[in-house]
Amino acid sequence: MITPDALKKLDLASASELLEKREISSVGLCEAYLARTNEVDGNVKAFLNIDRENILSQAAESDKRRLEGKELSPYDGIPIAIKDCISVSGQPCTCASKILENFKSPYDSTVVKRLKEKGLVIFGRTNMDEFAMGSSCENSAYMKTANPWDLSRVPGGSSGGSAASVAASEVPVSLGSDTGGSIRQPAAFCGVTGLKPTYGRVSRYGLVAFASSLDQIGPIGHSVLDTAAILDIIGGHDPLDSTSLPEESGTFADAVRKSSGGNLKGVKIGIPKEYFNIDAIEPGVKAVMEESVNILQALGAETIEISLPHTEYAIAVYYIIATAEASANLARFDGIRYGVRPSDASDLNSLYFKMRGHGFGKEVKRRIILGTYVLSSGYYDAYYLRGQKVRTLIRNDFMNAFQKCDIIFAPATPSAAFKFGEKSDPLQMYLADIFTIAVNLAGTCAISLPAGIDKATSMPVGMQFIAPPLGEHKMLSVSKIFEENRGIKAFIPSL
Amino acid sequence: MSKYEAVIGLEVHVQVKTGSKMFCSCPNSYGEGPNTMVCPVCMGYPGVMPVANKEAIRRTIIAGLMCSCEIPKYSKFDRKSYFYPDMPKNYQISQYDLPFCLKGKIHISGKGFSGNELPNKDIGITRIHLEEDVAKSTHFPGASGIDFNRAGVPLMEIVSEPEMKSADEAYAYLTSLKQIMQYAGISDCDMEKGQMRCDVNISIMPCGADTFGTKVELKNLNSFRAVHRSIEYEISRQEDAVENGIKICQETRGWNDDQGETYLMRSKENAHDYRYFPEPDLMPIEFTNEDIEKFGKEIPELPEAKRERFVAKFGLTPYDAHVLTLEKSYADYFEEGIKHTNTPKLLANWIISELLRELAASNTSINECGISPKNLGAMIELINNDTISGKIAKTVFSEMFTSGKAPEEIVEEKGLVQVTDESAIESFVEQAIRENQTQVEQYKSGNNPKVLQFFVGQVMKLSKGKANPQTVVKLLQKNLGSI
Repeated sequence: MITPDALKKLDLASASELLEKREISSVGLCEAYLARTNEVDGNVKAFLNIDRENILSQAAESDKRRLEGKELSPYDGIPIAIKDCISVSGQPCTCASKILENFKSPYDSTVVKRLKEKGLVIFGRTNMDEFAMGSSCENSAYMKTANPWDLSRVPGGSSGGSAASVAASEVPVSLGSDTGGSIRQPAAFCGVTGLKPTYGRVSRYGLVAFASSLDQIGPIGHSVLDTAAILDIIGGHDPLDSTSLPEESGTFADAVRKSSGGNLKGVKIGIPKEYFNIDAIEPGVKAVMEESVNILQALGAETIEISLPHTEYAIAVYYIIATAEASANLARFDGIRYGVRPSDASDLNSLYFKMRGHGFGKEVKRRIILGTYVLSSGYYDAYYLRGQKVRTLIRNDFMNAFQKCDIIFAPATPSAAFKFGEKSDPLQMYLADIFTIAVNLAGTCAISLPAGIDKATSMPVGMQFIAPPLGEHKMLSVSKIFEENRGIKAFIPSL
Repeated sequence: MSKYEAVIGLEVHVQVKTGSKMFCSCPNSYGEGPNTMVCPVCMGYPGVMPVANKEAIRRTIIAGLMCSCEIPKYSKFDRKSYFYPDMPKNYQISQYDLPFCLKGKIHISGKGFSGNELPNKDIGITRIHLEEDVAKSTHFPGASGIDFNRAGVPLMEIVSEPEMKSADEAYAYLTSLKQIMQYAGISDCDMEKGQMRCDVNISIMPCGADTFGTKVELKNLNSFRAVHRSIEYEISRQEDAVENGIKICQETRGWNDDQGETYLMRSKENAHDYRYFPEPDLMPIEFTNEDIEKFGKEIPELPEAKRERFVAKFGLTPYDAHVLTLEKSYADYFEEGIKHTNTPKLLANWIISELLRELAASNTSINECGISPKNLGAMIELINNDTISGKIAKTVFSEMFTSGKAPEEIVEEKGLVQVTDESAIESFVEQAIRENQTQVEQYKSGNNPKVLQFFVGQVMKLSKGKANPQTVVKLLQKNLGSI
């Protein structure tokens, strides 16, 4: 049996080692995590759904495989939490929305299928902002997830439950989805590592779409190595996702292991001047970023100033393109084929009004209306079409920058985790993603790593590495070296 | 002569015949139990993604090439948004500004549906695009049912230029279009099964004017005949309205086939804003010159070319060629049959005058016909080599039609082999002369041809129809002349 203290230090790699050495069984591991969840999730509220029996039966299957020497991978038997917008056959998939209350998905998403093929135990569904629209988890229709570092603060969003569950050691690793920063921002707020892969690297089949041209599934874990290992499993071409890239996956963890103990000599790291001229950036974050740059330089990296001149348009462009796509993606929730149909609808229009009027929360409605507006005849050219043109300029900014540097260094967020209710103005909330949104518009990859602690709040602060499209190997290697050399080695809340 | 001329354009939807649906692997089949041919993708479940059916794209390109369309090298799919329960996602994956085929044409000529000669002209095709079909709604008292088997079936939309001027021209255009689709195996175009559906855009203007009148869209047209009738009705309705000073409104009208009238469905104020935007779940489609060339090689012979070949190569009349190319299955039957006979013209006659009549009477298709093309060809050879007479052939033919047996077998079983032996026939001739002295006198007095015909009939009767008619005539003339 694993002690609660040992559990808090456990990650994917070390859990794998314990299982391989037969020091623990999958059932034992899952029971320890279930006990931890039982203890803390009443406060953290990371999980919308946990099926204890189902978890233990998956674990028992895994133990049987190991006993027979037929384990599917080194990670066979390790639990992973899944954001509630990623389909698992037979499990609820509410997207934290009332409109999908009681809905169960009839099929596995490609990522879940791949995790199961490697023997991982699907452990519960994590809370999120409704349909991944938000940056604090406050938009969940069911509950507010708290930040394990300070329960009066938000965990970030939209993958807040996925980040909090890992930070609170309720699971070693989880899956989130990132449309404008939804993996990286909550990872930064919760002091964990979040990877947003290159658009097309990971299949979106089975991810309930928010903004199809921006969405990407990615892992959240305690370490760079853990996220790389999960990317190895979930990445790679999928014929069911026409936008998935042909590139194979499977060598990321190796690249991370190889870079261990190394330095950054010969690596050119670009620092976008626009990101540090933003008023919203708080002194505590700025201090951690300066400290981080010093570490990078001490490791031998060459840091150069670069420019991403269209940064100021990123949020505006994002809220045109993402909402336009969302307005169509969310049209299917009409109560005709699934979902609980209101019993008092008198005709078709009243069914639509009642179903969607009651089923969707305020922020979701706001974005559907916005998206419908920007696509409407007479406005399309001025908003959507222009938005796409500016998106190209933003992408070009990055491509030009990568002519000059290998990796871009940036803060993950302008501030550490804020308090519940602190950002009641939607525009203020949108600004929380200012450093992450452009990466999705450019379609490239980025990772958010805990870099230090904000002196004013004692909350973790995250930094980002951004690499060119399909540049994950290099990005993860640089991240690993930074991780080994940052001021604080392990970020574990006292919870 | 009317003071007005009509301006007509058609939007035709044709289901593409493929193994699976447009964006998922469900079977594309008709007539199965409701909601049995469905999956999370075509039901629009949360999280699913479309994968475009390459075969449907290939067939659409071939359809375009057959209509002389340009194939742009770059195409894409778009989302077309509107709410209706028959649409699983409440948006349809369609094509907006970059369809697969542009600027084609279809030729019409010959006699129109109402018997008048058609102008010999091309009708322009604006575009052909590919999209997914919607589900089928059925309304019951107090409830509606939706069958999603049809949802996601590949559907081509073929939009014509407003270049037709009459119901006859529209009818001829549709007939040609259907023929092309069937010829290339792109669709069976069975309107009863909803495989081909047609909307009409129609306006009128004073003869010789160069600005079109306000157009009206006609929907719910379930047959070519309904298209023809609704256009005729609508032209006269619009003429009456204009004559009486009533303004034509841009609107969508339905067709009531029983009443023979169009009726208002919705006015322009209620028109949808479809909010098209590029489908982010599918990559744009690019073709190289080589791709397009390769598609070009897959184009089958078009009806028009086939008609010309039938006339030139087999000596058929233009009428024969026309009938035999009405359906590709007729032409295929004919071409298979001529492998087994040396007289294509005779084969054509038998197909047109006997086979098609029998098929129509028994409501069977030529593909399910009991007489194989090989057997019909063989039967014609039996006539050609004097094994059976043309008259006996009719008996053999109907036996073949019901039993499916080979003609040689039937002739053998029933002892229908023609008697060509002169001495055998001569005895029948002598008997006939002996028993009909009155007619012999008549023959002698005036050499009346009707009398000779009478004797031929008598001999055939005595021989049970098996005597070779030419030999009978020859011997009768000889024997009667020598009396």
